Amino acid sequence: MNASYSWLKAYVPDLSCSDQELFDALTLTGTKGETWHRLDKNLEKIVVGQVKEIKQHPDADKLVICQVDIGTETIQIVTGAQNLFEGAVVPVVLSGGKVAGGHDGGPLPENGIPIKAGKLRGIESNGMMCSIEELGCDKDLYPESNPEGIHIFSEQDGLPAIGSDGVEALGLRDTLFEFEITSNRVDCYSILGIAREAAATFKLPFVKPKPQLHETDERAEDYISVRVEDKDLCTCYCARVCTDIKIGPSPKWMRDRLRSCGIRPINNLVDITNYVMLEYGQPMHAFDLDTVAGHQIIVRRAKDGDRFVTLDGEERTLDHDVLMICDAEKEIGIAGIMGGENSMITDQVKTVLFEAATFNGPNIRKSAKRIGLRTDASGLFEKGLDRYNAEQAINRACALVEELGCGRVTRGIVQEIADRTDNWEDLPDIPFNPDEINALLGTTISREEMIDILKREEIIVNDFGEVIAPSFRQDLNEMCDITEEIARFYGYDKIPVTLPKNSATTGGLSWRFRVEETLRERACYAGFSQAFCYSFESPRVFDMLRLPADAKEREAIRIANPLGEDFSIMRTIPLNGILTSLSTNFNRRNKDVHLFEMGNIYLAKSLPLTTESPYEQMQLTLGFYSQSGDEDFYTMKGVVEALLASVSLLKCSEIAPFPEEEKKPFLHPGRQAVVKFTDWKDHRAIGYLGELHPAVAETYGIRARTYVAVLDCDDLQYRASFNHHYEGIAKFPAVTRDISMLVPKEVPAGDIEKMIRQRGGKTLESLQLFDLYEGEQISEGFKSMAYSLVFRNKEKTLSDEEVQGTMKKILNGLSGMKIELRS
Amino acid sequence: MINETLDEIRKKALEAIGQASDPDRLNDIRVSVLGKKGELTGILKSMKDVAPEDRPRIGQLVNDTRAEIEKVLDEQKQKFEAAILDAKLKSEAIDVTLPSKPLPVGHKHPNTIALEEVERIFIGMGYEVVGGPEIERDYYNFKALNIPDDHPARDEQDTFYISGQFLLRTQTSSAQVHEMEKGKLPIKMISPGRVFRADEVDATHSPSFHQVEGLVIDENITFADLKGTLAEFSKKLFGELTETKFRPHHFPFTEPSAEMDVSCFKCGGKGCRFCKGSGWIEILGCGMVHPNVLRMSGIDSKKYKGFAFGVGLERIALLKYEIDDMRLLYENDIRFLEQF
Repeated sequence: MNASYSWLKAYVPDLSCSDQELFDALTLTGTKGETWHRLDKNLEKIVVGQVKEIKQHPDADKLVICQVDIGTETIQIVTGAQNLFEGAVVPVVLSGGKVAGGHDGGPLPENGIPIKAGKLRGIESNGMMCSIEELGCDKDLYPESNPEGIHIFSEQDGLPAIGSDGVEALGLRDTLFEFEITSNRVDCYSILGIAREAAATFKLPFVKPKPQLHETDERAEDYISVRVEDKDLCTCYCARVCTDIKIGPSPKWMRDRLRSCGIRPINNLVDITNYVMLEYGQPMHAFDLDTVAGHQIIVRRAKDGDRFVTLDGEERTLDHDVLMICDAEKEIGIAGIMGGENSMITDQVKTVLFEAATFNGPNIRKSAKRIGLRTDASGLFEKGLDRYNAEQAINRACALVEELGCGRVTRGIVQEIADRTDNWEDLPDIPFNPDEINALLGTTISREEMIDILKREEIIVNDFGEVIAPSFRQDLNEMCDITEEIARFYGYDKIPVTLPKNSATTGGLSWRFRVEETLRERACYAGFSQAFCYSFESPRVFDMLRLPADAKEREAIRIANPLGEDFSIMRTIPLNGILTSLSTNFNRRNKDVHLFEMGNIYLAKSLPLTTESPYEQMQLTLGFYSQSGDEDFYTMKGVVEALLASVSLLKCSEIAPFPEEEKKPFLHPGRQAVVKFTDWKDHRAIGYLGELHPAVAETYGIRARTYVAVLDCDDLQYRASFNHHYEGIAKFPAVTRDISMLVPKEVPAGDIEKMIRQRGGKTLESLQLFDLYEGEQISEGFKSMAYSLVFRNKEKTLSDEEVQGTMKKILNGLSGMKIELRS
Repeated sequence: MINETLDEIRKKALEAIGQASDPDRLNDIRVSVLGKKGELTGILKSMKDVAPEDRPRIGQLVNDTRAEIEKVLDEQKQKFEAAILDAKLKSEAIDVTLPSKPLPVGHKHPNTIALEEVERIFIGMGYEVVGGPEIERDYYNFKALNIPDDHPARDEQDTFYISGQFLLRTQTSSAQVHEMEKGKLPIKMISPGRVFRADEVDATHSPSFHQVEGLVIDENITFADLKGTLAEFSKKLFGELTETKFRPHHFPFTEPSAEMDVSCFKCGGKGCRFCKGSGWIEILGCGMVHPNVLRMSGIDSKKYKGFAFGVGLERIALLKYEIDDMRLLYENDIRFLEQF
């Protein structure tokens, strides 16, 4: 919301602070200043001058030599402007002065443009006559000023004195503020609202306009009748009629104020409605009464499929939730959004029907969205306006009609108000309890000071100790709302700074977060850097990952209004994010990149989501590519084991071959493994790892072997532990036995180790593969493996016989697996 | 006579030691003088020829000579050893300015670093850190936070909808409601997490980002406590000299509400490009929990009061680590991540 200093001062006459003070003080009482700038920035030594004589430049066809009276003297100025005439009154920048911008309307230079006396084609020129853009103004807001030529003061506006301050004459000795208004303060989307805040902030009197109407003897109801059929959508409809309309320009003060809010002046009638909208925050509409059939206004819903041409010439399609303003025969406006072409004001208008109404905010918002037409008016209506404001605004508009001499106002308002109740009764009862207010704020503000603050805001505490809020403060419903009012004018900065003095609590991470943090730390130690990826992705991901058409992962939750197809489903598999990131790194020629991500996947219990929340499962996803080839599947396996060990889960987990039917289509078929807990009966996977399928790597454009691993943190945190158990350091000597064997190729090492561990029993302390060989000297279909077994008894020295016995069991086991010993 | 012989041996030995050029030679001298067949040992062997009354004196003399020679031998030996070690160390000197063998340690994401800092501060003040669902019911994201259907705030936060009552949460404030519904009081918690808004990706926007929500509910909680808590938080996060400024604002779920600015930690509040000349940087929104919110979650709003705050994690990361483009946070370029 924009507001100029001078317009605010019109209602707070004693306002005298600096621009910065106004900006800061309003910010601290809740009307947050966004920016401010002086309209006369970089305008120096500019006076009102009058062109006395114009002569052709002897050496330039396009230049003229002017003698300009600047009050104290007459100076010579050479110009290329085409719109001058003798007698024209113009702004003149004197030599040594400054203007704000160039005549080409480009962005304004920070320090303006200095103007010096000089010669133009050999003829002396002692200053410059200014165009509106050189004065730093938007030419679109000055329809009266020739955009190609010099700005000429209009006689109609009253000519300024020759030699007087040109900036003042232009109405530019002012400051424009931009404020951010919070959605609860509909009343502050108006100059009056901000002025009221300023008055309360500076403890100054607030002087509201009091519209004085003369009115003719004709009665408005003889011109118009109003019927609201859909009272749920229109709580108040006020109509007034003005006759003998004379369309012309509005006065300069009004145009300047409209301009300060970025609104282009059109004519007196349109300007009045815009002016009142800015001043009161109440949108208004003006109809040409002669186009209103039956002199009747009916407010009702449209019918589905109705078509209507708005005054911008566009045809709009309506539905039964769009509220329309109609006459006896036809629709003439979309309520609260835009009027119709069929009833719009033309220069020939004789009688005008003014409308000020309040419509159901949410309905206007939704209608504007459906129709695809959001206007200044709808933007205000959708916030929910104060219906008592409508009457004041329409009276103000009509008073301006009289004041500007653009018509005569007939007597009375024709209005229909839904569930008309007394002003006070439909306002909420808010108790006033200074002790409770102080208790919530932690302050000791006196009752008197509180009442005084509230009074400045037109909030009254009555004799019964109740708060009576004005109708425009629909945001005040409870004592906490009153508490805020008191706090913001008392000063948030004056409220003490304390810490809660109550019950001591022991803080800490939840279990889940603690496990996740541990895993993150360990992933970093393992050389992986943390990535952050989006939760939503494209459904194409399933094809990129070669998932079959019936894959469970394809049952993803869809976003109803995604940013695009590429962000339309909630991920059910965490790989795409990490692969995309690896791909980005690969394309940027980053070497051997290792990334991990900790993020949710989203699995619906049933689709579409209706009553049951989906599972959100935290996944730890790791991925790396290795151009050097120094790292492989077993590197990733080691990382996975280190991660499991960090939460004491290594001992109860195993990394095993995937059963054929469960293999992941996006991984290398011969280089993938499942991670599971050894003691979970259903053998459900808690994760997997493997080399990325070359076709998938190709799809993602990663031209190096890529390895990934996924662990389900929900499963991990379920069993994780940070308990440690010291088992003592062995005191008795160990016995080492090596076995070297010839193993059928298809027998996995895991099976051999499992068997050795089972049969080795308690005394088998460790088991380590120290040689693995395939190739020459080894028969086809076999591999040579050698393990080193360490036996130890914690209580005593192991005897040879004991070791022999255990070894025998192990060797028997080996031969049962068709494994031959090598000597 | 023996005296002279001893003297002779001593002189000869000391001279030989003085001339010895390496430890091996010293060893030869030791053997030839002090060894089993050495000269001095020979003297001792000839003690039987000495008159018994002279024996103690002569014996003492021999021992003294032996001790002296041994001492000099040892001294010399140590000198040689020191010289050898010295030479070895000299030859082993390396160029310490050659590159290191870097430990291949990964890097935490700046979001995580910022989050862990925030968590550490609040855990120190006795706060629990809890989570909440990202696919949320309308009730928790809006209604229970005093944002009924048709409330304009629903439009301000461009929400991603799923179906039925489900949507992607637009704020971690939803976690407040879950915590309150547990029915355990007092509450002192923060809840970090991912939130979603339908914003196109650019340098300052992302359709998914992170917030940390804070909630304290207890008897006698005041706005002054809110100010104190967040002032403390700001000092810990941005430095002891950091000042805080609270401005009135509006959130449907708090009343009174405020936005908090901190004094610019780059210029100390004097005004610079970083704080756009104002000396202040907007950090978070906060306020006293609205009684409607307490009531809807079954908390006696007469007895209990509370405050809540929400801070954008990316905002803190961007400010604190001077990252100029939010997109960097989601590209995961290793050259970016390695700087944290």
